[in-house]
Amino acid sequence: MSTDRSFAGIARADESASTPLLPVSLEDVCFGVNGTDLLHDVSLSIGPGNRTVIMGPNGAGKSLLLRLLQGLIHPTRGRLAWRRNWTSGHSAQGGTPGGATGAMPSGAPPVSIVLQRPVLLRRSVAANLTHALRVLRVPRADRADRLEELLTLGNLQDRREQPARSLSGGEQQRLATVRALAASPEMLLLDEPTASLDPQATHAIEDLIQRSHDRGTKIVMVTHDMGQAKRVADEVVFMSKGRIAEFTPAESFFSRPQSEEARAYLSGQLII
Amino acid sequence: MQELQSAFWEAGRLLLTFDSDLTEIVFLSLRVTLSAVFIGCLIGFPFGAFLAVARFPGRTVIVVIVNAFMGLPPVVAGLFLYLLLSRSGPLGPLALLYTPTAMIIAQAVLVTPIVTAMTRQVVEDLYQEYDEQFRSMGLFGARAVPSLLWDARYSLITGALAGFGRAAAEVGAVLIVGGNINHVTRVMTTTIALETSRGNLSLALGLGLVLISLSLLINAAVMSLRGSAKRLAYV
Repeated sequence: MSTDRSFAGIARADESASTPLLPVSLEDVCFGVNGTDLLHDVSLSIGPGNRTVIMGPNGAGKSLLLRLLQGLIHPTRGRLAWRRNWTSGHSAQGGTPGGATGAMPSGAPPVSIVLQRPVLLRRSVAANLTHALRVLRVPRADRADRLEELLTLGNLQDRREQPARSLSGGEQQRLATVRALAASPEMLLLDEPTASLDPQATHAIEDLIQRSHDRGTKIVMVTHDMGQAKRVADEVVFMSKGRIAEFTPAESFFSRPQSEEARAYLSGQLII
Repeated sequence: MQELQSAFWEAGRLLLTFDSDLTEIVFLSLRVTLSAVFIGCLIGFPFGAFLAVARFPGRTVIVVIVNAFMGLPPVVAGLFLYLLLSRSGPLGPLALLYTPTAMIIAQAVLVTPIVTAMTRQVVEDLYQEYDEQFRSMGLFGARAVPSLLWDARYSLITGALAGFGRAAAEVGAVLIVGGNINHVTRVMTTTIALETSRGNLSLALGLGLVLISLSLLINAAVMSLRGSAKRLAYV
């Protein structure tokens, strides 16, 4: 497996930070809103390499876990520690409570996220990617070449001048994914990226994920799609009611699930 | 009835022959109003966007004041400006009273809260939508403002046109600080008020037609912009 994560020739702006970002450790992490815990004592260590798939019923806390990893929300208790310190832009408000702290990032964030419903700017496809490149402080002279490479990566060359919001669901998700890859992240978080997409669009997204993984990007993906989990996962985190019920290699998870909740989920029972 | 008919004919003649008095008044009105709207946008767009993304003590109070100033009575604004600009006022040495500059300031005072409040609302809604995406990219606070303003451009133009409508129709403030001096500070609205009281209905009517046409043009522009935005799927 190659360790050159750069897509479209985009080297990380903070390449000087030679220490790897991963593993990330969560120790007894809780997250609550208005005094109600939605995540309970989550302890987990996610290392580089393997594609990690997070599964579980609705309300299990899968998306919250991704947002914690991205730094969009912070633990209310417990500790989240990266091997290399970094803070998301959000942390300008005061660091990560109980977790990673450090200097503001000088360039591209090392973790990117693709949300379930992609948030695209009210601009053309090309302008959406150019905006990302500008935010990532890619030099103006390099932007045109890099834009072309990102468009090619997402197979969006024919759509470059089309308003992003008029794309089909699959195309929008491809655009959101290549935009996330514009930062050449060390870890790519995907929150049900193929929910409500047809098989062809799903295949295109999975292909992008695979190519990203082949270049050394750590993949952490939330999915409800059992078939997709079997295709993509090297290891599975199974969550239920805000807790981690199981964290095992994918093969043993699907053949010999250890937890009661996972067995019920895999057998198609309704977990209420 | 006959008097009204002849006033219409005379107004039409003044418009079609580009009567020098009428064109002078129209051009001064446009100069004053466009300058005021430009200043209002220059202040209102960034200030409104700042209010939308920033969180600080007293923000709500400022938002309430800005919203309240949208309905600021023009004569009250004119009175305060008069006190500021009059010879004995703090800005008296600038000798701005009864000049087009004073009228521009007065209209800018009325337009700026409208542009600011509309910008704040539009950008705040957009910021809520973009918030997670922007933060995940490391784009937050003041750095997000240019992106938000650009994406809200169609709605912001509507806000600017609303400000233009308010300024173009305004009479109280410009009358107080401009003085309605012939060939110096006489604009459409003040002329209509004066000429009507004098009984010179044709000039008042001609200017009224120009004002109504401007209002129609503004509304058509707003509708066209909304249509374009929808067609281009930018909304």
